[in-house]
Amino acid sequence: MKGFLFAIKSLLRDLRAGELSVLLVAIVVAVSAMTAVGFFTDRVGRAIKFQASAVLAADLVIRSPASIEPSFLGEARELGLETAESMSFLTMALSGDDNVLTIVNAVTEGYPLRGELLVSEAMFEQTTTATGVPDPGKGWAEPGLIGRLNINVGDVISIGAREILITRVLEYQPNDAGGGMTNLAPGLMVNLEDVPSFDVIRPGSRATYREMFAGDEAQIRELRKNIEATDLGSARVRGVEDAGEQINAAIDRAQRFLTLASLVTVILAAVATAMAARRYALRHLEGVALMKSMGATQRVIQRNTLTQLAIVILGTAAIGSALGYFAQGALVVLAADLLKVSLPDTSLAAGALGLITAATITIGFALPHLLALKNTAPIRVLRNDLPPPALRSGITYGIAIATLLLLIYSIVRDLTLLIFIAGGLASVALLAVAGGWVLVKGFAQFRGAAGVAWRYGLANISRRGRESVVQVVAFALSLMVLLLLTVVRTDILEEWRQTIPADAPNYFLINIEPESWPGIESFFREEMNTTPDFLPFIRGKLVRINGTPADEAEFTDPRGANFIRREANLTWRAELPESNKIEAGEWWGDDFEGEIQVSLEGGLARSLKVGIGDTLGFSVGGEEFDAPVTSLRTVEWDSMQPNFFVMLSPGIVRELPQTYVASVFVPPEKRRLLNQFVRAFPGVTLLDLEVILGQVRMVIERASLSVEYVFLFTLIAGIMVLLAAIQATRDERRFESALLHTLGASRSKILQGVAIEFITLGGLAGVLAALGATAVGYVLAEQIFDLDYVINPTLWLIGLLVGMVVVGVTGTLATRKAVSEPPVLVLREG
Amino acid sequence: MNDREAENIYEPDSGKSVLRASNLSKQVSSPEGPLTILDDINLEIFGGEAVALIGESGAGKTTLLALLAGLDKPSTGKVWLCGEDLTALNEDGRALLRGRNVGFVFQSFHLVPSLTALENVMLPLELAEDPTARERAAEALESVGLQDRRRHYPKQLSGGEKQRVAIARAFVSRPAVLFADEPTGNLDTASGDRVADLVFDLNKQLKTTLVLVTHDRVLAGRCDRVLELAAGRLIT
Repeated sequence: MKGFLFAIKSLLRDLRAGELSVLLVAIVVAVSAMTAVGFFTDRVGRAIKFQASAVLAADLVIRSPASIEPSFLGEARELGLETAESMSFLTMALSGDDNVLTIVNAVTEGYPLRGELLVSEAMFEQTTTATGVPDPGKGWAEPGLIGRLNINVGDVISIGAREILITRVLEYQPNDAGGGMTNLAPGLMVNLEDVPSFDVIRPGSRATYREMFAGDEAQIRELRKNIEATDLGSARVRGVEDAGEQINAAIDRAQRFLTLASLVTVILAAVATAMAARRYALRHLEGVALMKSMGATQRVIQRNTLTQLAIVILGTAAIGSALGYFAQGALVVLAADLLKVSLPDTSLAAGALGLITAATITIGFALPHLLALKNTAPIRVLRNDLPPPALRSGITYGIAIATLLLLIYSIVRDLTLLIFIAGGLASVALLAVAGGWVLVKGFAQFRGAAGVAWRYGLANISRRGRESVVQVVAFALSLMVLLLLTVVRTDILEEWRQTIPADAPNYFLINIEPESWPGIESFFREEMNTTPDFLPFIRGKLVRINGTPADEAEFTDPRGANFIRREANLTWRAELPESNKIEAGEWWGDDFEGEIQVSLEGGLARSLKVGIGDTLGFSVGGEEFDAPVTSLRTVEWDSMQPNFFVMLSPGIVRELPQTYVASVFVPPEKRRLLNQFVRAFPGVTLLDLEVILGQVRMVIERASLSVEYVFLFTLIAGIMVLLAAIQATRDERRFESALLHTLGASRSKILQGVAIEFITLGGLAGVLAALGATAVGYVLAEQIFDLDYVINPTLWLIGLLVGMVVVGVTGTLATRKAVSEPPVLVLREG
Repeated sequence: MNDREAENIYEPDSGKSVLRASNLSKQVSSPEGPLTILDDINLEIFGGEAVALIGESGAGKTTLLALLAGLDKPSTGKVWLCGEDLTALNEDGRALLRGRNVGFVFQSFHLVPSLTALENVMLPLELAEDPTARERAAEALESVGLQDRRRHYPKQLSGGEKQRVAIARAFVSRPAVLFADEPTGNLDTASGDRVADLVFDLNKQLKTTLVLVTHDRVLAGRCDRVLELAAGRLIT
């Protein structure tokens, strides 16, 4: 017990002397980053699981773009399950001169089977849980609808041919109700019985029908088996386990980024820890030899080291997790608009991640250096020129790397990604070491080129060969993070923003009957002096591949199987859209009018195992036709243009049942004219893209802001690496400058030499960092963002200059004190 | 002082043989082949004796000191310290034996820079898990006249003061043998004299056996016996 007390005491003494600052800060930063992201993703993950049922409003749902066989409802009731039905569609809600796009959710008694509806009697009144659903002729409107229509509870609005009395404010309904469109328009809940009287649902109109079931888990499983055994057409079955997909892509992408950012932090911190631990060990060689001369056995030294490391692990884990917890709070605020779900409290389980991180870094990267201390030869007390005890580096770093890989795997849980990250890290490290070596050796030649300060500075770089390479690599790592955070990030964000052009159409018109198109076209020409672009919209199902029924085909990629199971959106057009590129075959050309041809998106073609020359058979509204595939396309999905997997050549497809989708730019001052448009064409749905564009922009801003925030930790870790690298040679420098002082060198001459050394090291590191940042930026842009990365030529210059300035200034400042100590003090310490 | 009463603890000033070396040699490898640093050393030192080891630079004084104290292993030959065969013990065994019986004073002081003067003196007692470490260390500091410097760090002390702290540290555990390697080598004459006086006074007072390595024949003359080394062999 006393031994432990001694270990604690000596740890406290080292803390007081500042011997452990860099090491501790590095580990705390890594733990904070990991736990902040860990707490956050854990909360989001549990929120999603917890709300999966509530989002579905049931345990099992059949969703279909067409009305569903009612037989399942009977079967479910026989199994003792609860049932409900709903139907949702977009339409215009009118009140006086105002019209607003709304998503109507028409439901039967019993909805929602899971989760709840929150309502209030008037805007901003107390919220309560609703019992039952709106009666026929009545509706509950979301605050957005009430606000935009400028009405109150008790007012009447029109939906198609029917008037609906608004009786309550609908504060919350399950997310799934809008079928992914909830973000687009405020909702209105009505009774399913009212739908026929609206007279807005026509053949080809877009609507989502649902049958919902809830009850005993085993019974739900049996029902699901029965449902899936039948031919569902384009309907899909969704259970709680599938509802996890509800996390939209932005959150998923942001989470991946946050995790990657925290990983980079951990890796940098590990590097800083290893460097700081090495310095600590070197500085403690004499002390350990002294303790051994006083009778301390290896066991005592080892117990001392292990006790101190255990305290370091527990201490950094506690402080880091606490910081991580607070940091996570800020992350939740930043990401609030992305989440749209209320988060459960943080779980302590995520705190365990902090302990694991602290332990991994400490055991993997500090322990090898510190444990080697016990092998210090006691004769060092008489002869301090002996080399430090050897490190069994093969084993120790093997363990370190294995632990780190395990930690990374536990976070990314994806073997391919792990191999990708590990491979990337290994190549960055190898390239950096090789590059650093070449640069250091290359520079040695210039030492005679200028005055004494230059000779001293450059001679130092080549004399410390190995240390200089380590320093260049460490500086390069931290500068790379700096460059990534500033220049590359801005480049990528700009690239991302540019995918949304400024002159993009701001309104979509959907559900247009082909016969009303001439009238619509002339409305826009006369009133707004513009002609909208239109695209035909055909609902069709793939039924044959090369004459064989599609459902007999076997696919290795589930996407292929999914595609033939449901109706797809098809279109026909003469010109190839700008956001598409032909990757194989030939486009039919602008004036083509012959037999039907098919153009497929490349990825889908591969999933379906078809290529140029294969024949596909489609069924559209009961009519069937076969057509050859003549081209494969690459599609930019995030171009904010309507894009299609399947495109048909113009010609006789014009006769197939279809609706049109049109996009148009409406200048702000002409928006009021849209009221006339809605009255003239009540069946047409008007989609305000400004709202969506705004939301996409906000998602980008918010996601990048939270990633930036986590990168702050990475930046601190990078600075720790920088400091550790500077500290590594500090003692040696101190002694050397004292010696030079004694030999008559002025303080400014020595400082000049030191500055030249750091500026050169910084410049070399800056060039390496620019190389690394370009490579990482390229991978990020191409692999994760799906953007074309344009290499920024100024990055090299920025890297060189930033490296010279940052490393030069920090290095010189950090060494200034050591250089200016009176030489007699330093030399006397001996 | 329970440790002192335990077995294997050597009573100072017993007139018995405290340190014995027989046929002691040390060779190291060098680019020009094996190099003999010590050659066939035989010596015996008795309890309470003060013995000086003198010789030119490179004569092997420090190497002999290291072998006698068990800080290094001989190539051939044996060393008995306080009745125990050092060459039969492993590194930990030698450390334990040193912990119980040996104190050191070095030319370059070897104070731990992150510890105060008091904490430096406490170090050997803390390693022996002595609960009265603080009080005994304070007493020891007082006996070298540095009670006012307790809270000072090594860099705040002069060379002479540092060596006095080191002497307090060496004597605080009441060792049977004190090894001193050029204790005045880094000090000016006045400080050196004061340090030498302290070492000899405490040696008498505590009846410690003293093994002193030095160039200084005047200092060596204050010892009971002088052993001279030349080219790795004892010539007196």
